Amino acid sequence: MESITSLLSIALGAVLINNFVLSQFLGICPFMGVSKKVETALGMGMAVIFVMGVASAVNWPINEFILKRFGLDGFLQTVTFILVIASLVQFVEMFLQKAMPSLYEALGVYLPLITTNCAVLGVVLQNAQKGYTFPEALTYGITGGVGFLIAIVLFASVRERMEFAKCPKSFEGFPIALVAASLISLAFMGFSGLKVW
Amino acid sequence: MNVKKQFFEGLITQNPVLVQLLGMCPILAITTSMFNGLGMGLSVMIILTCSNVVISALRKIIPNKVRIACYIVVIAGFVTMVDLLLKAFVPALSKSLGLFIPLIVVNCIILGRAEGFASKNGIGAAALDGIFQGFGNMVALTIMCIIREFFGAGTFGGGILNGGKGIQILPPDAAALGMILPVGGFLTLGIFIAAVQYFMNKPKKNKEVAK
Repeated sequence: MESITSLLSIALGAVLINNFVLSQFLGICPFMGVSKKVETALGMGMAVIFVMGVASAVNWPINEFILKRFGLDGFLQTVTFILVIASLVQFVEMFLQKAMPSLYEALGVYLPLITTNCAVLGVVLQNAQKGYTFPEALTYGITGGVGFLIAIVLFASVRERMEFAKCPKSFEGFPIALVAASLISLAFMGFSGLKVW
Repeated sequence: MNVKKQFFEGLITQNPVLVQLLGMCPILAITTSMFNGLGMGLSVMIILTCSNVVISALRKIIPNKVRIACYIVVIAGFVTMVDLLLKAFVPALSKSLGLFIPLIVVNCIILGRAEGFASKNGIGAAALDGIFQGFGNMVALTIMCIIREFFGAGTFGGGILNGGKGIQILPPDAAALGMILPVGGFLTLGIFIAAVQYFMNKPKKNKEVAK
């Protein structure tokens, strides 16, 4: 029972209270880059959930049983994690291409981009720093991805509407999108007082 | 001549943050006091220069197909070095930047310059490019810090001047805490980029932006 409540509070924290994009500022590049249409945003969000979940699951045993055991966790963590993530993304890409062509088509160009998404490396590093157990790390990874999905879909739907709105010339394009992101982040601040357990 | 052109490209016309829109995560997340901004800017500059030099030196050896993975290993090596050095000599900075130091690995500025410049040019040009692009990034970070710190905490030079507290300019009650929170980060960067675009569209006044 204890563990379920702790998992739930990790999940809620990752989705709403400490949302990866809007309050921790991780994964801003894809958040700004692929949010022009709701459909593509949805695809990117799904891919991120998948990769973040798998990356958490794969990196946890590597950190626990190899790096920590041989006393390498002080200086090899970053290098190992990013290499694992990069090869993982490549592997997932090849696997999907063979096994699930329809999903591969849907995710398309977003898969290789995920390597440089700092949310993925961020979640793995945080798992190691906070000393999560395996189920906790997995939950944190997946729900962190869900938080990313919610944020990017909300933002994309705002941006779709904004295309038709008039704004000063210097603000066109990127700057006005940042202002909109700031308003969404303001809305998410409302969750910051939320404490469940 | 060429050096001068590279310098202006890094600082203004091709500024990595304000024009190329790379490396958004750190510029939004850690620009809450001048200490953070300068520290982050310097770290990125050092890593960018070193990785540019190494990648440029190895550009004929690295096979084309696995180049991104090779770049990432080189960058990750330098990031780990800087991380350990900061932990040893400037623990305060290491603590306040936290997760964002290891995350320099996936900073698009460094990978972008490796792919776009260092892999095509000689060692000298790559080193200069690293220094200038890093400098442009540092200037943008520092300006963001100054604006956000002024409105958010009412201070100037937090973490460096006046024994770490910064010089109080606004009375503490007048400060808007929101500017230091994520909201202020997005808003300030949006207005900052809009201002840069405004001045860039007036070619005659380009020199004033330089100040």
